[in-house]
Amino acid sequence: MKGLKWRLAKDRLFRGLVYLLSLLSISPLIIILLYIFKRGLKVINWSFLTHLPKPVGVEGGGVANAIVGTIILVFIAVLISTPLGIWAGLYLSEKRRGLFPEVVRVAVDILQAIPSIVVGIIAYLWVVKPMGRFSALSGGIALSIMMLPMVVRSTEEVLKLIPPYIKEASLALGVPYWRTVLKVIIPAGLPGILSGVLLGISRVAGETAPLLFTAFGNQFMNWNILKPVNALPLLIFNYAMSPYEEWKRLAWGASALLIIMVLTVNIISRLAGRRWKVQL
Amino acid sequence: MESPIIRTENLSAYYGDFRALNSITIAFPQNKVTAVLGPSGCGKSTFIRCLNRMHEIVEGARVEGKVLLRDRNIYEMEPTLVRRKIGMVFQKPNPFPTMTIYDNVIAGYKLNGIKLKKSQADEIVEESLRKAALWDEVKDHLHKRGTFLSGGQQQRLCIARALAMRPEVLLLDEPTSALDPVATSRIEELIEELKETVTIILVTHNIGQASRVSDFTAFFYLGELVEFGPTQSLFTVPKDKRTEEYLIGKFG
Amino acid sequence: MKRRTPFFLSLLIAALIVVGVLLASFFSITVSSLPALKKFGLDFFLGKQWDPPAKVFGALPFLIGTLITSFLALLFSLPFSLSISILLGEYLKKGRLASLLKSLVDLIAAVPSVIYGFWGLQVLVPWMREFEMKIGVSPYGVGILTASFILSVMIIPNTASIAREVLELVPADLKEAAYSLGATRYEVIKRVSIPYAKSGILAGVLLSLGRALGETMAVTMVIGNSNVIPRDIFSPANTMASVIANEFTEATGNLYYSSLIAIGFFLFLITAVFSILGRHIIKRSSLK
Repeated sequence: MKGLKWRLAKDRLFRGLVYLLSLLSISPLIIILLYIFKRGLKVINWSFLTHLPKPVGVEGGGVANAIVGTIILVFIAVLISTPLGIWAGLYLSEKRRGLFPEVVRVAVDILQAIPSIVVGIIAYLWVVKPMGRFSALSGGIALSIMMLPMVVRSTEEVLKLIPPYIKEASLALGVPYWRTVLKVIIPAGLPGILSGVLLGISRVAGETAPLLFTAFGNQFMNWNILKPVNALPLLIFNYAMSPYEEWKRLAWGASALLIIMVLTVNIISRLAGRRWKVQL
Repeated sequence: MESPIIRTENLSAYYGDFRALNSITIAFPQNKVTAVLGPSGCGKSTFIRCLNRMHEIVEGARVEGKVLLRDRNIYEMEPTLVRRKIGMVFQKPNPFPTMTIYDNVIAGYKLNGIKLKKSQADEIVEESLRKAALWDEVKDHLHKRGTFLSGGQQQRLCIARALAMRPEVLLLDEPTSALDPVATSRIEELIEELKETVTIILVTHNIGQASRVSDFTAFFYLGELVEFGPTQSLFTVPKDKRTEEYLIGKFG
Repeated sequence: MKRRTPFFLSLLIAALIVVGVLLASFFSITVSSLPALKKFGLDFFLGKQWDPPAKVFGALPFLIGTLITSFLALLFSLPFSLSISILLGEYLKKGRLASLLKSLVDLIAAVPSVIYGFWGLQVLVPWMREFEMKIGVSPYGVGILTASFILSVMIIPNTASIAREVLELVPADLKEAAYSLGATRYEVIKRVSIPYAKSGILAGVLLSLGRALGETMAVTMVIGNSNVIPRDIFSPANTMASVIANEFTEATGNLYYSSLIAIGFFLFLITAVFSILGRHIIKRSSLK
């Protein structure tokens, strides 16, 4: 009987430990978010969102150039990775077996695993070096390389879940294969695909490493994709490493702003995904 | 025997190396209901999927032999055209979940990019739903999604969807296997009415259903056509021992 | 289906492009790192000295820095990530608390790494400095240990989510068999679930390690950027990723630049191997 008591005690102890450690692992996140919001939210106001950074020593200033830059970079990334990724994902969901699809899947996995800094090198070699200068385009391409495998994977996974009888129903009506894909399969998976794209956006919008030597950063407002642009993560990095309190203040504000943006897109993506699940 | 609308000559079907159908030759009379009967795994579903070229959408599947629709080999025609002339209803009701009832009925037109005038579309929808004996139940909900309908109603919606293309032949692949007895008997009544306008080939493993609704019966076993004839005579005096054993419940 | 329609061909081309992107990336990086690899050979990875003015490039300090930070991070994070996966895979499969916890764990992965780095620099580094003063080591604040702490938080979701998935795949009848023999829950988890799921958990650990090896920003900001071999875990150091981030834009001369790319090439190789290994393990264990 003593054995049993000990066993039950161990059982309770283990359970307690699992709960405790689980809660503890969330605590750094909470602490970090609290810090960012406590120091960052009070920095965010209208002029923070609409003004350029001021030179050292001058009070105020904002991060408008970085907001615009992030939007441009993400836009380029989405423009490149979404059509290509959806098409490749469609290929994988249509051709499930065989050697080549397997090769594609492995390639997607490896692409997803490439460290972001290496992606930066790739975009540098492909775009910055031949063009001879840093540019928003090269940064956007770097982000699109990061986003591509996410879009391919989520598209494949979503489309695989669409019951085959929906496709059969369309084919049996004499609808050609390509119309069946475009008019039946993609619409049925659209919310899920969209959710994957949004998740991809929320990931790459916060990336810094691929931009260090592509988009590079810019103190000024720039709309030209062939010139360097600033981005929120880049600005946070540069100002965080600077010795000036005023710039650090901007970095806190930019951090809060970036977190709000990233989390909002992330949550919308989840909601889109959920809606889709209910529908089928 | 009446003039056949669709017939096969030495039709064999394969999945990879596996031969699922072995040289079937059969002719289906026009405006009759023919039941394709047999135990599960006998190739009867594969067989009717060869009749509208749905068999080949499975990876690794292929077909040998001929299927003649009014003396034209459908394997020399564009598969999409074949499928518009030969409609199909599946085991599980499969209305398009993203479309309304109205859109489901004219899905064949919409998805094929065939433009219909509003009045034409309305007409086709009403006519098809009436033929499928669903009109009275759904006429007030045409613009709602079809997913709230019962299983039997969904299956009749799928029949309406197939009829809307005005096919010459309608293939029914165990259309009642997912339905309850009441819904089943409604579909069976419907099949009786439909044969005036369309030739029906009905796959079933239900002996009672075959005897209730069909004019002719083809008995399949292990990928072979064992026996084919008027339902009445096949059920009362089967010529083949295997048919007899199946009818008295020895296997399947 | 007819596989040779133009439409299907367009899908195939998209898939080919995806594979092409990977191959072309690999090719570009390999070619650009050749000058350094040719010049130094294997010594590139064994050389202890990284001295740009003298044009001597040995990456050993960064290899060591990367290995120590990543393994420490893994060590710190494992008890936590495994607890989460056991909690969500065994104790709390459904319900509000479970989905809240799941979302919070996903959130950890969603926070950009530059923000971890910034917070680390502003808050964690001063704490570490105080701690280091108390125990009597040089109070840099920044260094390997600081980087490992931040990193360990960031990789929790990777192991946790994969381990949870494989724990959920443990057949219920196996567990029930153990319960019916009178085992406690702890014993079932220890003797049935974890042994059954161990290869999947290993795959999760591998993927986390891959992530830790390549993580750049957070590490760059708190590791102290020192190019000598670290003396202990409180020393400032550099990882492979952080040295590229710090020096790439300032690299003058072809050899310097090529040496940094060669480090990237090596990172690329390691993470590719880890990803293939992880994939293989997951596939094999899901076939079970």
